[in-house]
Amino acid sequence: MKRLPQILMLLASLLLAGLFIWPMWRITLVAPQYPNGVTMYIYINKIGGESESTLQNINILNHYVGMKPIVPESIPELQYFQWIVLGMIVLGLLAAIVNRRSAFLAWAVVMTVLAAAGLYDFYLWEYDYGHNLSPDAPIKIPGASYQPPLIGTKTILNFVATSLPHTSGIMAGLAIVLALAAWWLKGKTESDEKAPARRARRAGARVHAIA
Amino acid sequence: MKNLIVIRNLALLFAVAAGVALWSGCGQQGAPAGKSGALSSSAAEKVYVAPGEKDEFYAFLSGGFSGQVSVHGLPSGRLFKIIPVFSVDAEKGYGFNEETKAMLNTSHGFIPWDDAHHPELSQTNGETDGRWLFINANNTPRIARIDLSTFETVEIVEIPNSGGNHSSPFTTENTEYVVAGTRFGVPYPQQDVPISSYAEKFKGMLTYVKVDPETGHMDIAFQILLPAFDYDLAHSGKGKSHGWTFFTTYNTEQKHSLLEVAASQRDKDFIAAVNWKKAEEYLAQGKYHEVPARYALNRYDDETHMATSTIKDKVKVLIPEECPGMVYFLPTPKSPHGVDVDPTGEYIVGNGKLSADLTVHSFTKMMQAIENESFETVIEGIPVLKYEDVVAGVVKEAGLGPLHTEFDDRGYGYTSFFISSEVVKWKVGTWEVVDRVPTYYSIGHLMIPGGDSRKPQGKYLVALNKITKDRYLPTGPELCHAAQLYDISGDKMELLLDFPTMGEPHYAQGISADRIIPRQKKFFKLEENKHPYAAKGEKEGRVERKGNEVHVYMTTIRSHFAPDNIEGIKVGDKVYFHVTNLEQDWDVPHGFAIMGANNAELLIMPGQTETLLWEPKAEGVYPFYCTDFCSALHQEMQGYVRVSPRNANVALKWWLGEEEPVQ
Ligand SMILES: [Cu+2]
Repeated sequence: MKRLPQILMLLASLLLAGLFIWPMWRITLVAPQYPNGVTMYIYINKIGGESESTLQNINILNHYVGMKPIVPESIPELQYFQWIVLGMIVLGLLAAIVNRRSAFLAWAVVMTVLAAAGLYDFYLWEYDYGHNLSPDAPIKIPGASYQPPLIGTKTILNFVATSLPHTSGIMAGLAIVLALAAWWLKGKTESDEKAPARRARRAGARVHAIA
Repeated sequence: MKNLIVIRNLALLFAVAAGVALWSGCGQQGAPAGKSGALSSSAAEKVYVAPGEKDEFYAFLSGGFSGQVSVHGLPSGRLFKIIPVFSVDAEKGYGFNEETKAMLNTSHGFIPWDDAHHPELSQTNGETDGRWLFINANNTPRIARIDLSTFETVEIVEIPNSGGNHSSPFTTENTEYVVAGTRFGVPYPQQDVPISSYAEKFKGMLTYVKVDPETGHMDIAFQILLPAFDYDLAHSGKGKSHGWTFFTTYNTEQKHSLLEVAASQRDKDFIAAVNWKKAEEYLAQGKYHEVPARYALNRYDDETHMATSTIKDKVKVLIPEECPGMVYFLPTPKSPHGVDVDPTGEYIVGNGKLSADLTVHSFTKMMQAIENESFETVIEGIPVLKYEDVVAGVVKEAGLGPLHTEFDDRGYGYTSFFISSEVVKWKVGTWEVVDRVPTYYSIGHLMIPGGDSRKPQGKYLVALNKITKDRYLPTGPELCHAAQLYDISGDKMELLLDFPTMGEPHYAQGISADRIIPRQKKFFKLEENKHPYAAKGEKEGRVERKGNEVHVYMTTIRSHFAPDNIEGIKVGDKVYFHVTNLEQDWDVPHGFAIMGANNAELLIMPGQTETLLWEPKAEGVYPFYCTDFCSALHQEMQGYVRVSPRNANVALKWWLGEEEPVQ
């Protein structure tokens, strides 16, 4: 029980490793001609789909309305985000080793800021793809934009687009929760531990006073 | 000759009379029962596959004289696809594009048509496995293999020393072999002899084609030289009779003219029982004759997207006189047509087409008779067993003109009767008739999914009819052929549905959809494309000239060709358009058609490369376009080729969009 906060912090940092295995976000496009939908998976370091050709197929669809092709190699975030995650795993492990409350909180705060920044960045990319359209687009609909939702469901022309966090994204969120839990529990157990010591000190003082 | 007709027995006269009555479209007893109004609404419910729902079974129907195979769904009867096999198909470019021409090569050269009769699914442990479908070409003897992951013909092997490949392909229970028995005796070896030398010079060859269990590749393992009877149909043993194949014969009289009379004289013809495991032993012992025989072996490769044809020059022939115990004859009444083996492998049904009875032989009794060497006579080294020794029972006076039998999984046989135009259900073992139902009209083969395997799925029966007469809206002198679907799950067979078919359906095969669906190939991976003229990206699009041969490396993707403008072609050039479809998604083929092409279109599947030869005859600028509606911008998917005079000085160049022309 005494070690629980430390274990939680350890788990929190290890949960981030999921980002290297599973997608963190998914966007599914469903249309009458695509009854099973076309699903794009966003990983920390790549963009994938149900098959190797999903991205090509999405790009073919997008080009009708003048959206830029999604070329993962040209998205810098996919290159450097993984290093940040790796850093956070190391920092999380260090926090677990030093086993200090403040370290847990600091890690959780940094993670939250990074996650928020990541989501904002994701939104900016979505905005860019959805609004920055080629003037030569074969299909032009005045005033239309094709930005997919950040989270949730939205109708874009003949498609219903659904954007939701996926496995490793949820794991990263859980990591923040675990780190905060570690911080809170650590505070609780420390105050429980310190309480008898304080009583003892006070009792000692009284003895001195009598003497 | 006329006298012969007189001495025909009464039953046969009656049979023919009934047949004539039918053909003239009257005198159909019980016909009103199947007419409108007889179908209950529950029949409609049973065949109704709601929009968006899928059928429970695939049915593969031979296209008969169309040379192709049609794929239907059951119970709806809906047509999904026509697979080109032995005939060219301009729609798919089959036999027209450069890649598939070799599929139709034979020792007689390129053959654009044949007559396809009996589809047969591959089996594992006597059960249909959904891997391949085999089918025979009757006219120029061949067997084809269709891959059921792509629904394309991937291999065709020619059968030498054969004429009229009818008793074929009928697989063994692990698809060790598919067989090919000649329907017409031919001189052996083929030579210029008087037709009247039939009895001395003509032979009947049975061919065993080995199927590789992994790749499915076929080639002739051996042939067995038999008397020049007409080998009509076949089925291989299963379970206890695994290792044997049974072939029916007619014309054991060995006549060669006016066979309708001359070949119907004998009271009994034979079922030839071939012990192919014994044949394998003799083959291993080297007891074969290696004889010259030219035949084509054509294979299509899914990675090069191309067929190659190899002409082979010899086969191994086994002769029964030198190989005792390999072939026996089982006397069977009245020119048996189909021979069908029940799911246990014990009963061998001879459908004596000129009689009213079905003769059922027992495999156990046959083995006993062989052991006892109880032979009636010996023909060319082939012992003829005694009828009484091998017969297990007779389904008596079940109908007129029995042709074929299939089985369900509840111990019943179902036999088609051509002359009396009906299906008769009878009990295996007691041989009693338990039900009968009319067909409209003149049923040939019939099919129950798995009905010729060890594991029938006896829910539906499909009757494959020879004539339709008044059943459909008329379409001039030629009326449609048709199939009928029956529910056989209950005690009484119930007619559910009529549906038209392509060509003349002979045999068919049915299989649970769930054995086919998981095998489906959705597209060919571009990185696995090994076509020598593939362009795997638009940057590889180019035009190369070699003398008067011009090779255009072209790509397609929604919705343009690359390149789509070409100049520098000259009158008299042979222009090869090698078109690679860059799409990597299901159901996105592109087509390619160019004005004045003397062949056909290309229909290119995603990841595939196909080649069309175009020989422009006059100068001008010729459009080409995509023929398969591929996207909202399909109509824009077009381009031009400029053709200049033979001696012109126009440089070869090509481009796409507003880029600088490449030279
Ligand atoms: Cu197209």
